[in-house]
Amino acid sequence: MTKISEETQETRAGSITSKPIVEKKDKQQNRESKNVMQVEDLNLWYGSNQALYEINMDVPEKRVTAIIGPSGCGKSTFIKTLNRMVEMVPIVKTSGSIKYRDQDIFNGNFKQEYLRTKVGMVFQSPNPFPKSVYDNVAYGPRVHGIKKKEVLDEIVEKSLKDAAIWDELKDRLDANAYGLSGGQQQRVCIARALAVEPDVILMDEPTSSLDPISTSKVEELVQELKKKYSIIIVTHNMQQAARISDKTAFFLNGELVEFAETDDLFQNPQDKRTEDYITGRFG
Amino acid sequence: MLGQNEEGIKKRMKGRVLKNKIMMGMFFLATSVGLVFLVLLFYRVLTQGIGYLSWDYLTSGPAPYPEEAGIWIGMIGSIMLMVIVAIFSVIVGVASAIYLEEYASQNKFTEFIRVNISNLAGVPSIVFGLLGLTFFVYMFNFGYTLIAGGLTMALLILPVIVVSAQEALRSVPIDLHQASLGMGASKWQTIARVILPAALPGILTGTIIALSRAIGETAPLIIVGAATAIYTLPDSLLAKYTVMPIQIYNWTGRPQEEWQFVAGAGIIILLAVLLLMNSIAVFIRNKFQQRL
Repeated sequence: MTKISEETQETRAGSITSKPIVEKKDKQQNRESKNVMQVEDLNLWYGSNQALYEINMDVPEKRVTAIIGPSGCGKSTFIKTLNRMVEMVPIVKTSGSIKYRDQDIFNGNFKQEYLRTKVGMVFQSPNPFPKSVYDNVAYGPRVHGIKKKEVLDEIVEKSLKDAAIWDELKDRLDANAYGLSGGQQQRVCIARALAVEPDVILMDEPTSSLDPISTSKVEELVQELKKKYSIIIVTHNMQQAARISDKTAFFLNGELVEFAETDDLFQNPQDKRTEDYITGRFG
Repeated sequence: MLGQNEEGIKKRMKGRVLKNKIMMGMFFLATSVGLVFLVLLFYRVLTQGIGYLSWDYLTSGPAPYPEEAGIWIGMIGSIMLMVIVAIFSVIVGVASAIYLEEYASQNKFTEFIRVNISNLAGVPSIVFGLLGLTFFVYMFNFGYTLIAGGLTMALLILPVIVVSAQEALRSVPIDLHQASLGMGASKWQTIARVILPAALPGILTGTIIALSRAIGETAPLIIVGAATAIYTLPDSLLAKYTVMPIQIYNWTGRPQEEWQFVAGAGIIILLAVLLLMNSIAVFIRNKFQQRL
């Protein structure tokens, strides 16, 4: 991977102009220790419809960043842009830059496969493979070339433990994951994402299809996981954002309206629109 | 109701209910037409052919006398031909489907290709026979051999296999793509480890149905020169061959009445093979559908 540290990228096609400005570099290194991803002037279009407008956002390391907003505000689109999953829709165009640990993810030399190894994802509805629990969790490591049974066994056990589901499933590793309950499936999916040892975990409304008990289990899990991982979680549930996140971003109509410490944002919103939304006046 | 009195509604009710009954009757009649002729076909074939059906009939080749004639050479020829057809058409067909569904960018050109593959599936089989004659028999100089016939048949069912494999691939939930790609798997790893296994039942079903179309085809094989009567099994890809439909066609053309019965017995065997293949397809579909 090429490291792009002092380069400013203007467009995603990348007319790269090097500007080694000492001041800026120092500032960036300061931020580096705290931010795992930096989004600068991100615009995104589906065909001719613009879905995201000039997003600027720094994602802090080892903390939980929640993204809230009404349906259709672009929060899911935004999170999927962070691991370039949004490009599965062929008509998507982007401009601006997103940096993962100071490497531009839109740079041609930066492989999508590497990005997605580092920036894992948990999806809205549980999507285990129609395979055994073991094969589900071992999928990632196998894809990355690990073949030894002992190593895989160890990874599977560790990942399931980290996802707080080992005790429930340790005797059922050979069972098909489709036979599990929705909440168990979602935690297996989290374990599966953990198995490739990502740096950042994106969660796209991970509890929206779960019952309250499973939801609280996943929420507790998120609190545990932030010790090791940086987590970005999209949620339509403001209480959930308030409960589990350290920072919260409020999206509206494709714009990032406000991004602040969660307590500040909920108790003392700076923008009128944020206030209206969190007090339930719309959305 | 607006603008209606109770009387009017009742009066119209009768007419509407009657109309419904008439339509139902017509649809039933349409269904019966197919069923009646199918029953007639079975009846005729069974009554004519059953008398000649025996172990000897299954295990002997063509002969100058109806009592000694059998389907063996044709049956084995058909099976050998199908093996060639299956190997070639499945490999090329599934690979094309993977390219079109998973790799090709969605533009006018690929859309054009897609539409035309569907069109090819409707081209008369005799046209494929002429194609096979030009390319495999003359240009590649295979002559009137098993491989020429097999490749021609493979081309004939290729569009059907591509289309059904495309549908099978398309029906794999996008969730599974995302899950795999989201862990840093490459596209090919995703296809090989997740998409193809999930699409396999659909692909197999489509393939078997396409093959059962091929096993009953006659016209293109007449053009590429399947033999009408040979007395030994083909011993190589470049050997002469015959297949069941050709054998049956040949018997029906003979003047003596007994040959019709021999042909009838052949049709029973052919139908049995078809039925077997289709039930395998149904079995696979049912078995794997429960899993997904």
